[in-house]
Amino acid sequence: MVGLNEYLIFAAILFCIGLYGAVAKKNAVAVLMGIELMLNSVNINLIAFNRFLTPSEVTGQVFAIIVVVVAAAEVAVGLALILNIYRQRLTTDVNDLDWLKW
Amino acid sequence: MVSPITFWIVAGVTILAALAVVSLKNLIHSALWLVAAFVGVAATYLMLEAEFLAAVQVLVYAGAISILIVFGVMLTRRGDIRESNLFTRYRVSGGVISLGLLVVVVSSIMKSKWIISREIVPENNVGLLAQNLLGQYVIPFEVAAILLLVALVGAIIIAKEVRD
Amino acid sequence: MIQFAWLIPVLPIIAFAVIVFLTRRMQMVSALTAIVAMAGSLIIAIGVLVQVFSTNITIAEPVELVVRWLEVPGSLLIEAGVLIDPLSSVMLFVVTSIAFLIMIYSIGYMKGDPGFSVFFAYLSLFSTSMLGLVISNNYFLTFMFWELVGLSSYLLIGFYWNKDSASDASKKAFITNRVGDFGFMLGMFFLFLLFGTFNFQELSVAIPAFANKTLLTIVALLVFVGPIAKSAQFPLHVWLPDAMEGPTPVSALIHAATMVAAGVYLLARGFVLFESAKTALLIIAIIGGFSAVFAATIGLVQRDIKRILAFSTMSQLGYMVMAIGLGSITAGMFHLTTHAFFKALLFLGAGSVIHAVHTQDIFEMGGLAKKMKTTTWTFLIGSLSLAGIFPLAGFWSKDEILVTALNAGEIFGVPFLGPLFLTLGLLVAFMTAFYMFRLIFVAFFGSEQAGQEAHESPISMTFPLVILAVFAIFAGFIGTPFTDNGFAAWVYYGHPHLPEPNYFIMIFSTIVAFAGILFAWIIYGKKAISAEKLAVRFSAIHTLLYNKYYIDEAYQWFFDKVFLRIADGCRWFDRTIVDGIADGFGDGLREMGARLRFIQTGNLQNYALVIFAAVVIIALWLAVPVLGGI
Repeated sequence: MVGLNEYLIFAAILFCIGLYGAVAKKNAVAVLMGIELMLNSVNINLIAFNRFLTPSEVTGQVFAIIVVVVAAAEVAVGLALILNIYRQRLTTDVNDLDWLKW
Repeated sequence: MVSPITFWIVAGVTILAALAVVSLKNLIHSALWLVAAFVGVAATYLMLEAEFLAAVQVLVYAGAISILIVFGVMLTRRGDIRESNLFTRYRVSGGVISLGLLVVVVSSIMKSKWIISREIVPENNVGLLAQNLLGQYVIPFEVAAILLLVALVGAIIIAKEVRD
Repeated sequence: MIQFAWLIPVLPIIAFAVIVFLTRRMQMVSALTAIVAMAGSLIIAIGVLVQVFSTNITIAEPVELVVRWLEVPGSLLIEAGVLIDPLSSVMLFVVTSIAFLIMIYSIGYMKGDPGFSVFFAYLSLFSTSMLGLVISNNYFLTFMFWELVGLSSYLLIGFYWNKDSASDASKKAFITNRVGDFGFMLGMFFLFLLFGTFNFQELSVAIPAFANKTLLTIVALLVFVGPIAKSAQFPLHVWLPDAMEGPTPVSALIHAATMVAAGVYLLARGFVLFESAKTALLIIAIIGGFSAVFAATIGLVQRDIKRILAFSTMSQLGYMVMAIGLGSITAGMFHLTTHAFFKALLFLGAGSVIHAVHTQDIFEMGGLAKKMKTTTWTFLIGSLSLAGIFPLAGFWSKDEILVTALNAGEIFGVPFLGPLFLTLGLLVAFMTAFYMFRLIFVAFFGSEQAGQEAHESPISMTFPLVILAVFAIFAGFIGTPFTDNGFAAWVYYGHPHLPEPNYFIMIFSTIVAFAGILFAWIIYGKKAISAEKLAVRFSAIHTLLYNKYYIDEAYQWFFDKVFLRIADGCRWFDRTIVDGIADGFGDGLREMGARLRFIQTGNLQNYALVIFAAVVIIALWLAVPVLGGI
C-alpha cells in the first residue's frame, strides 16, 4: 500500500537532486535541467495531494497543468537567454556570469 | 491500487535517472537521462490516476522540452563534449545543503498528520479536468496561454540577434 | 492727521524704490523724489505733532494704530502698528525735519558724485528705518527697524566703498552694532518669555507688577546693550569716530542727529523697564556719565574736525544716557532734541568747510571767518549752543540735565551721587566749551594758510545751515522754566516733573562754559600759552588722549591674542574631534562596505545556495521548539 508520504518523499528526493544540479553544475543548460527536475517534483506533490486529500476534485491537476505551461515558457526563455549570452561571451559557464554585481 | 513494488521500481528508476542527470560529465548523456526521468515522472502520474497529466508530461517534457534542451546543448557547444558538464566549486557545499534540505523536508513530511480522504477518484476525471479548466479556472488558463505566447515571442526575439 | 501717521515711514521707502528701480540715471529727479517724499513725511509729522499737542494724548494714553502681522493663536502675536504719543511725535518731527534739511544740503555737497542717486536712495532707506523705529508700537518691530538702521548706516558709512578706510569703517560700525543688537535681542526675547508680549503699552502695565527685580535688572541691562552700541557709549563707542569716513551729510544725519539718538530714544521708550530695575538705572547713569567725560577728554586733542565733532557727539549722548539713567527722560529727550539741531548744524558747517578747503585737519585751515561768512556765523552759533551759553538751545537742555544730576541722590537714596554727577556734568561742560572753541579759534580765526582758496558754499548748503542755526538758537525755548516748562509738561514718565528755575546751576554752568571758552582763547586765540609746550609737558596724557585711550588697540589685541586663539582651539576641536568622529563613521562604513562587497559575487548559484541554506537553517530554527528538534 503506497500512501501519500511515499510520494512526498519521492518528490522531495527528486527536488533535492534537481537543486543540487541547479547549484552545483557548471553548464547553464545543466542548471536548467536541474530546475526542470525541481518543477517536476513539485508537480508530483500537487497531484499526490490531489489524489489523496481531495480525490473528487481536480484542482491539483489544474495547478499542475499551469506549472507545466510556466515551465515550458521558462525553458524557452531560459534557453534563448543562454543562447544570446553564448553568442556575446562565447561561454555557458555560470561562473563567468557574474554581472549581477556592481 | 498500486503495489509498493511497482511504486518503488518507478521511483527508484526516476531517482537514478535524475542522479545520472546531475552527475554525468557529458551534457548530451545528461539530457537523455533527463528524458528518462521525465518518463518516470509520467509513470508516477499514472500511478496517481492522473492520466491526462501523464500524457501531457510525455508530450511536453519528454517530447518538446527535452528536444529544446538538446538543441540548446548543440547550439552552445564548445570544446570537448565529454567534459561539458562539470561541477562548480559548490560540489560539496551544494550537496550538503541539498541533503540538509532533504532531511528537513522528509522529517516535516513524517511528522505531518494528513487527513487522507476515503473518496474514490471519479471515472471520467479528464472530462472533469476539462470542465474545471474551461469553467472555474478559465482565467488562469487564458493567462497561462498569454504567458506562453509572450514567452515564445520573447524567446524568439532574445535568441535571434537583433540588429539595428 | 494721526490716522496718516503710518505714512511717515512709508513715503521714504517708496522714494527709495523709485530711485533704485526707475530714476537712478537721472540724478536731479532722484534727489527731488527723495526730497518730496521727505517733505511729505515732514508735513505729516508736523500735523501729528500739532494734533498731539492740541489734544489730550499723553505718554500714558497714546494712540495706537495696529494691524496684526504674525499670529500663532494662544502663544504669539506680533503686531505691525504705530504708537503716537508726545515722545514719538517729537522724535518724528526732529528726524523728518533734519533729514529734510540734510537732503537739501546734500544736493550741493554731493554734486558731481557718481553715486549721487544711490546716495539719496540710501538716505531715504535710512529715513524709513529711523522713522519706523521711532513710530513702532512694539519691541519686535522696533528691533526690525533697529537692524535696518544698522544696515543703512553701514551702506552710508561705506558709501565711498572704493576707499579702504571707508569700507573698513563701515564693517567696524556694523560689527560693533551687532554686538549691541545681540544683547538687545536677548533682552527682547527675555521680555517676551516673561510677559508674553512685545507691545510697549502692554509691557508698561505688566513690568511694574513683576516681583523678581534681579531678573528684571538682567533683562534691562541686556536691552541696554543695544543702546550702548547704537548710541556709542563706552565700551562699544569705537565705531563712531571711524564712521566719519562717510560723506559729511551722513555724519550729520546719522551720527549726530538721529541714528545715535535711537539708543537714547529706546531708553526713553522702554523706560518703564529701567525704572523698575533701579540697579540697572544706576549702571546706565554711570556708563552715560563716564562716556561723557571719556569722550570729551579725547575730543580735547583731536585734529580732525569731524572726529572732534564725533567725540563731542559721543560725549553729549553720554549726557543724555546719564540723564535718563538718573530718571529723567524729560531731560534726556530735551537734550536729544536740541542737540539734534545744533549738532547737525555743526556737522553741516564742517561739511561746508571741508567742501571748501578739502582737508579735515583743523590746523591746515585757518582764517576761514573772512572767506565763509555764513558758515562761520552759523558754526559759531552751533558751538555756543553746544557749549551751553545763555540763552541758546543747548543752555536750557544742559541746564535741565544738570538739575537732574543734582537730584540724583534722592532717586537712588545715596546722597553723594548728586554732587558726583553734577561735577561730572560740569566737567563735561567745561571741556565741551574748550574743544569747540579750540576748533573755532584754530580753524576760523587762526592765521591763514598759504594757497588756501576757500569760498562760500552754494545756497543749497547754506540754506539748511541758516534754518538749523535758527533752531539752535530758539529750540530751547520750548522747555525753559521761564516758558512754563512746555517740554517737561509734555514728555515725561509717570508724573510731569516741572523744575523750578535753579539760578545757582544756571549761573555756575555759564561760568564754567565761559571759562572753557576763555581757556581755549588763551591757548589758541592769543597763544599766551603754547599748545605745543603743553603737549610736550603732558606728553604721556596727550598721547593717551590722542590715541583715544588705545581702546581700538586693546580690542585689536583682544581679538588677535584671545579671540583668535580661542577660535584656533575651536577649529582644532572641530577638525580633529568633530570631523574625526564624522569622518571616522564614514571611513568605518566604507571599510565595512569594502569587505561586505565580496558577499555580492554576482554568481546566481551562490545566491541560490545561500537562499536554500537559509531555508534549511530557518526550518531547523523553527523546528527546535515545535518538533522537539530533528
